[in-house]
Amino acid sequence: MMELVLALAIGVLSASGVWLLLRPRTFQVIMGLSLLSYAVNIFIFAMGRLKSGAPPVLKGDVFDPARYTDPTPQALVLTAIVISFALTALFLVVILTARGITGSDHVDGKEPDA
Amino acid sequence: MTDWHSHLIIGPIVLPMIIASAMLMANERRRILKASLSLAAMAAILIMALILLHESANGAVGGGDTARVYRLGSWAAPYGVVLVADRLSTMMVALTSVLGGCALIFALARWDRAGPRFHALFLLLIMGVNGALLTGDLFNLFVFFEVMLAASYGLALHGSGEARVRAGLIYIAVNLTASLLFLIGVSLIYGVTGTLNMADLATRVPAIAASDLGLFHIGAAVLGTAFLVKCAMWPVGFWLTSTYSAASAPAAAVFAILSKVGVYVIIRLSLLLFGADAGASAGFGLTWLMFGGLATIAFGTFGLIASRDLSRAAGFGVMISSGTVLAILGVGDPAALSGALFYLIGSTLACAALFLLAEILQRGREADVGEARAVFDDEYRDPFDDEERNEPGLVIPAAVAALGGAFLICTLMVAGMPPLAGFVGKLSMISALVGVGGAAAWTLVAVLSVSSLGALIGLTRLGVGAIWTRDEDAPAFVVGAAELTAVAALLGACVFLAIFAGAALIYTDHTAAWLAEPQGYIHAVLGGGGR
Repeated sequence: MMELVLALAIGVLSASGVWLLLRPRTFQVIMGLSLLSYAVNIFIFAMGRLKSGAPPVLKGDVFDPARYTDPTPQALVLTAIVISFALTALFLVVILTARGITGSDHVDGKEPDA
Repeated sequence: MTDWHSHLIIGPIVLPMIIASAMLMANERRRILKASLSLAAMAAILIMALILLHESANGAVGGGDTARVYRLGSWAAPYGVVLVADRLSTMMVALTSVLGGCALIFALARWDRAGPRFHALFLLLIMGVNGALLTGDLFNLFVFFEVMLAASYGLALHGSGEARVRAGLIYIAVNLTASLLFLIGVSLIYGVTGTLNMADLATRVPAIAASDLGLFHIGAAVLGTAFLVKCAMWPVGFWLTSTYSAASAPAAAVFAILSKVGVYVIIRLSLLLFGADAGASAGFGLTWLMFGGLATIAFGTFGLIASRDLSRAAGFGVMISSGTVLAILGVGDPAALSGALFYLIGSTLACAALFLLAEILQRGREADVGEARAVFDDEYRDPFDDEERNEPGLVIPAAVAALGGAFLICTLMVAGMPPLAGFVGKLSMISALVGVGGAAAWTLVAVLSVSSLGALIGLTRLGVGAIWTRDEDAPAFVVGAAELTAVAALLGACVFLAIFAGAALIYTDHTAAWLAEPQGYIHAVLGGGGR
């Protein structure tokens, strides 16, 4: 059940992300990139196998790997979130600059019929 | 791990990072301080790169090739992050520092004053490139790639103006998407193999269960696509020419190495993970690389002939050079790869020089680029709005002769005509391909020859237009001493490469042989723990 929900979430997020990414307005592009990066983050998390109620850090004298979850993808997800967040913020600044300079929020910098 | 010498490998990464962050503290008006700091940093990086290059050129103490391995925090290899300096990565680091140094010198003439924080961004870019070249860990590679890209977004927009912002918008969107592909590829590979260390990965690839092999190949293909976007392979490279030709000249020159970082990673991973020992995965994707490379060469050649503007032509030159190396890698012959590595050095230097020359030659005509309306008055100023800052320093006499000579060398290098290094590279690739034989190799020989002809036609036409048949009312050429020094240094490096082509070809021969036998790399990372 958990697998199905997760797979659906990744699928819906990336499908909407790709659709928005291909839209002509810069706001839609940045929303698409954000949704895609959420999908990718969940995907990285899923690559560490799904396991509920298992801690990622060893505790006490129990060294049975089956009782712990894989910590590496969690560390990777953290890094990926930070980087994609920072770069999305930077992209937002560029989009605002482009809007200010060209006077249009079309990705080509001009209205299609202009 | 106590003497300075063993820490040398991390120098090209840590030094620019420290200097760049220290520079952020200083006021933007202290230009001399910043310029001398970044010049000193680039000189130190160049020296470190040359020491590393000298070491890997002379091989191990007991004979044979080896790699210098640096374990960050002394964590053992498959668990900790390692930096690996082998023949290929030190060659690329040395190329980066030569190119970066020249671009920086060019920028000192006036481009570093066209916007805020040029020097910090520039050093961070160099740090990201060096890190991506030296790292031996896939996720660490992602982090350094992002450092490099984040700095390159800043540099692509350096100088502002409508053309740059519009091109930068596309550049950032394309590269953010490619980074997401990178992450999907890395996590798929981790999901199948359970490791991110490249050497460890290479030992695990032959043992992947047949049921997981499809998933692993999908991961590798997605990862490869991310790098192919970076090296602008057709059909995912259309962003390159518009971004590079809109960027300021020193930024475009240093971007020439950015696409080569993509090529480097493709060479490294493809030969390490999918070499002859990889079992069912051996040679994965090589056919695609070859056809993609051929299409890139063809597209770049047509683009170069069709372009009416020198910086666009230089952008297509970068595409041709990436495509050539990718196609040769796809053939899978070590002798041809050796020629391709030699060609890569020469063509990268020549394309960078072409970007710098294009800016000098087109200076009178593109005055409108800097005049777009500023958004933030305090941040973005028209770089050339007053007389004091319009002065490029000491002006060189006989500018036309110097520029003409420089343009001639660039054309010969990019087209691969005798007597310069471009010809040596192309000749050794073609002679190796003739040895390989077969329809694919002969097609490649034909495409390489026709692309030389195309580049020659396109660049000669643009050169005649820019130097001989210039508009009567165009202003006279003004070349600053710093600008000419930078161009001369880049072209001097090309000539140097042609004179010492024998030694350089021996180095690339050994490199190609070293890459074809990944056991040496794997052993250096996992077994011996460095020397």
